[in-house]
Amino acid sequence: MSAETVITPPSQVAAPPEPRRMAHGTRHRVQSRVFRIGRWVVIIGFLIATLVPFYYMLLLSVKPIESLLQNPAALWVKPSEFTLQTYVNVLSSTASGGQGFGRFLVNSGMVALASVALALLIGIPGAYAIARLPFIGRRYVSGVFLAAYLFPAILMAIPLFVGFTRLGLRGNLVGLIIVYTAQTVPVAIYMLRNYFETVPEAIEEAGLVDGLSRMGVLRQISLKLALPSIMSTGLFVFMIAWNEFLFALLFLVDRRERWTVSLGLSQLSGSVEVPTTVLMAGSVVLTLPIIIIFFATERLLTGGLTAGAEKG
Amino acid sequence: MSATVTETEQPPTRTGTTRKRVTLTQRDARLGLWLMSPTLIVVLAIVIFPLLWSILLSFQRMRLIQIGRADFFEPLTLANYQRVLGSSTFWNSLLTTFIYTFGSVVLVIFLGVLAAMAVRQPFRGRTFVRAAYLLPYVAPVVAVTYIWRTMLNPEFGIVNIIGQNLLGWDEPIPFLSQAVGHWNLFGLEIPVPTALLTVIVFEGWRYFPFAFLFLMARLAAMSDEPEEAALVDGATPWQSFRFIVLPQLMPIIGLLAVLRTIWTFNEFDDIFLLTGGAAGTNVASVQIYNYLTVQRNVGAAAAQSVIMALVLIIMLGFYLLILRRRGERV
Repeated sequence: MSAETVITPPSQVAAPPEPRRMAHGTRHRVQSRVFRIGRWVVIIGFLIATLVPFYYMLLLSVKPIESLLQNPAALWVKPSEFTLQTYVNVLSSTASGGQGFGRFLVNSGMVALASVALALLIGIPGAYAIARLPFIGRRYVSGVFLAAYLFPAILMAIPLFVGFTRLGLRGNLVGLIIVYTAQTVPVAIYMLRNYFETVPEAIEEAGLVDGLSRMGVLRQISLKLALPSIMSTGLFVFMIAWNEFLFALLFLVDRRERWTVSLGLSQLSGSVEVPTTVLMAGSVVLTLPIIIIFFATERLLTGGLTAGAEKG
Repeated sequence: MSATVTETEQPPTRTGTTRKRVTLTQRDARLGLWLMSPTLIVVLAIVIFPLLWSILLSFQRMRLIQIGRADFFEPLTLANYQRVLGSSTFWNSLLTTFIYTFGSVVLVIFLGVLAAMAVRQPFRGRTFVRAAYLLPYVAPVVAVTYIWRTMLNPEFGIVNIIGQNLLGWDEPIPFLSQAVGHWNLFGLEIPVPTALLTVIVFEGWRYFPFAFLFLMARLAAMSDEPEEAALVDGATPWQSFRFIVLPQLMPIIGLLAVLRTIWTFNEFDDIFLLTGGAAGTNVASVQIYNYLTVQRNVGAAAAQSVIMALVLIIMLGFYLLILRRRGERV
C-alpha cells in the first residue's frame, strides 16, 4: 500500500503531444463548466442529506403531537404551537409522569466518564510502551487487537453475558464500564501511539541523560507534549461509550432505573404510548452532548483518527 | 555467514559500553511489559477469553436458563453446527448479509469519494461543510435510526408526505416493513427489495463520512504538480480525476473497503434498530441475537457466530489474494 507504486500512471497519460491541446478545447471547456456547477450541486446535496434529518429532529421535538398529525408536511413550527413541554415530559422521572431520561442521562454520563478515565489510565502506558519500549511481542500486539475485531461483537457478548451473570455484574453499570473500557482501549492505544511517536526521541533521551527514569520521562515530558492528543482520545472514547447500544441492551434491559439514554430511547420507541414528539426530544437530549463535543473539537478529533492516512 | 562471524568477534574491544547499553535496553523492555500488562489483562479477560469460550460454547449444548451452572467441561457435540447449517434461515441470512455488505461498502466509498472531491478546493464555509458531513457518523445510532424511522413513517413521515404531494406517489411506501415492492418502469413490473435497499441507503448515509474523512486527509497530502502538468497538457477534469487523482486514492480506497467490509458484515445496531430484522433484512448478527434471546439457545448462537467469523476470514483472504495479484501486475 505504498504511494510510490501508484504515482507512476499519471506521467504516462498526462503527456499527450502539444498540438492536440487545441483540438480538446471545447470538450475541455464544457466539462470544466459541468464540473464547476456539478461540484456545488454535490456540496449542497450532501449538506441537505446530512443536516435535514437533524433539523427534522429538532423541529418535531418542539411541537405538540397533535400538530404533527394534523399537518405532517409542515417544515417549520408555528410560534403559537411552539412548546418545550416535550422536554419536560421526557426528562422528568416516571414517578412524576415523565419518561425518566434525566436518570438515563446521569447513567450514560457516569458510564462514559468512567470508561474514559479507565481507558486512558490503561491505554497511555500501553501506547507509550508500544511507541518506545522494545518489549517482547511488541510487534504482534497490534495484530492481535486487530484480529479480535474480525469477530462480531455479539460473539464476545455471549460469554460476557454468561460470565457477568455469574459474577453479578450484569444488570450493573460497573459491568458496562468494564466492557466499554476493554472495547475502547485498543482504539485509544492506536490513537495515542501515533502521538507518542511524533515526540522527538532526542528530547526524551535528553531527559534520560539528565537523570530522569523512564517513568519520569513519560510523566514529565511525553505526557505534557501529548496532552492535546490525550484530550482528543478521551473525547473519542467518550463518544463511543455514550453512543453504545448492544451491550447496554444485553446487560441492562430489565433494569429500567439503570438504562442509558440510548437504551431508553430504543426501548420506549418500540411502544405506542409515548408520543413521537416526546421521543424526538429524547433524541435531542441524546444527540446534543455529542454534537457539542464534536463541533468544539472537530479538528482535534479528525486529525487523530486519520493520522496514518496521509502516508497512503 | 562470514559477516556474522566477524561481527561476533568485534565487541570484546569495548565491552564496558556494550554491557551498559544492554542493561538499559533490558530495563526498558521489562518496563515495557509492565506498562503493557494492564492492557493485556483487560483485552485478554474481556475480548480474547470470551472469544475462545464462545468457540467452546458452540460445541456444547447450552440453553440460556442453564448458564447459571455452566462449566467448561460439558460434553462436546456438533449438534449446534448441524442445526444452524441445516436451517434455511441461516442460508437466507447469509445471502442477505452478503448483499447488504456489498451494497453498503460500494455505496459508502462512492459517496465518500464524491463528497471528498466536491469539497477539495477551498471555498468560504468549507470548515462548516466538512463538519456537517461528519454528523451522521458521530451522532448516536439510536437517535439517527429513530429519526429515519420517523421520516420514513408511512402515515406522517416527511418522506412519504413529500413523495405523495410533490412526486406523485399513489400511496405511501412502507420503506422499512415491505420486503418486496414492485416498481413500475415503462410498463414493466420490477420487484425491488424495499427494506433491504432502505437499510443499505441508511448505511451509505451513516458511514460515507468515515470514507470522506480518510479520503480528505489523503487528498490534502497529495502534490498538485501532476495535475497541473496534465492541465497544461490539455487533460480534461474527468481525465485528470480518472488517471491522476483516483490511482493515488486507490490504496486508501482498498483499506476503506477492507475495514468497512469487516464492520458491515458484523453490523448489528443499525438493522436491529431500523427493522428488527424483519422484511427481508435478517442479517446474520440479528439472527444470532434472535438465537440468543428469543430461542434462548446459546450454543446455536455461538455456532453461527463462529461460522460467520470463518466466512469473513475466508472473504478477507480472497481479498488479500486479489490485492497481491493486482500488485504484481501493476
